[in-house]
Amino acid sequence: MTLIDPKAIRNGDRLALSRALTAIENNTAESKSLQAALFPFTGNAHLVGVTGAPGSGKSTLVNQLAKTIRQSDHEENPPKIAIVAVDPTSPFSGGALLGDRIRMQDLSGDQGIFIRSMASHGALGGLAHNTAAFATLLDGAGFDVIIIETVGAGQAEVDIARLAHTVIVVEAPGMGDDIQAIKAGILEIADILVVNKADRPEAENTARALKIMLEMGRGGERMPLAGKHLMRSIVDKGDTPKQADQKHGWETPVRLVTAVEGSGIDTLVDDIRQHRDYLESSNLWKSKEAYRLEKDLEALIRDKLLAQWQESLDEEKYQKVLSEIIQRKRSPIEALDLLL
Amino acid sequence: MTDRRIRVLIAKPGLDGHDRGAKVIARALRDAGMEVIYTGLRQTPEMIAEAALQEDVDVVGLSILSGAHNALVPAVIEKLNENSLDTVKVFVGGIIPEGDIPNLEEKGVYAVYGPGTDTQRVAAEIKAAVNPKSD
Repeated sequence: MTLIDPKAIRNGDRLALSRALTAIENNTAESKSLQAALFPFTGNAHLVGVTGAPGSGKSTLVNQLAKTIRQSDHEENPPKIAIVAVDPTSPFSGGALLGDRIRMQDLSGDQGIFIRSMASHGALGGLAHNTAAFATLLDGAGFDVIIIETVGAGQAEVDIARLAHTVIVVEAPGMGDDIQAIKAGILEIADILVVNKADRPEAENTARALKIMLEMGRGGERMPLAGKHLMRSIVDKGDTPKQADQKHGWETPVRLVTAVEGSGIDTLVDDIRQHRDYLESSNLWKSKEAYRLEKDLEALIRDKLLAQWQESLDEEKYQKVLSEIIQRKRSPIEALDLLL
Repeated sequence: MTDRRIRVLIAKPGLDGHDRGAKVIARALRDAGMEVIYTGLRQTPEMIAEAALQEDVDVVGLSILSGAHNALVPAVIEKLNENSLDTVKVFVGGIIPEGDIPNLEEKGVYAVYGPGTDTQRVAAEIKAAVNPKSD
């Protein structure tokens, strides 16, 4: 294996970038030095998350968004876009079928776009363990917009809210009544709500139910544990109350889109830009970044501690304690004191 | 190299629209523990080589039923080489006359599979091609 040069990645060498992503995925020693070398160049990319139920049209929407963002800028250099598309790993074989590229064929041949598919490797939050590291590397490689498409997500896969600056939640018509719309979870993390497949008859009803849900959330006092509690915890971290108020200045739009035809996409691209402007002007951009970096650090510490513990482990003792637990002679809680 | 998964791109170059075979292989390789990227129908050699580069795959499987394999396969291999992907292994599946197989092998294809091939054999041969030393 030849070594990967971080300078080559900075200079736009796509093969070096691709190999570096593989190194991160496999957690090699080289991946650590690469991430360290590129870290000073990070912090500029706009991370846009796209999440929603399987079959709601995420990949098709990402295809249209990327195409429109590349075309709509009249500048000489339209923003460079990286796409990370996560699909689930089989819990049985460990293999995966990564099929998001099928919907992104329009993007082929554009050197300003880089698409990478990623298997979730058993992570449950809608992303893979290394998705954040992928985003950091792509940021360091100079991509201006990084679109992250999650695993087809239902209600609780909300990791994307921590990673992305802007979260788009995609709904399709006919997926449930208005009670679904007021449940906690994925709908709450949306900065922009999209009702895709707007050519279907139920689309208007779905959009209405979502709008009513949002209006209910806006009315009255927000309890600390209701509403956008994920966002809350970000806001509460060292932000002034004024900044927290500004969070409420963003009104989550509900957009009707027909991604296969490309209708409604221009408005959505404007929403994404406006959300970025909003984050920057309200200082939430910085506090979100700070929060994410802290969480990344915590995750690294957790991994490292676990690895250290595994290294120092007395295997014989571990097996003995484990068999005692299996025979119900000792509780797992008690076992902790023996093993740590 | 502990839990490095083999990454395979399954692609359909050319104009035929029949991808049952490609899907069967994709599914079988998934069940064999590989990460399979399927890119859909009607891919040009450039698109395939570009996807192989971005996805950093170990293997490219080409499914062709149109009879255009003698033109398409060398074109894909050439584009892979242009992208410095000369270590990527290429296999072909579909309707390929016996007589054309030596020519494809000479161009760099390591295996050609016809209808009815045991998918476990395909998986085993991919593993052998990617890691010649193991098994």
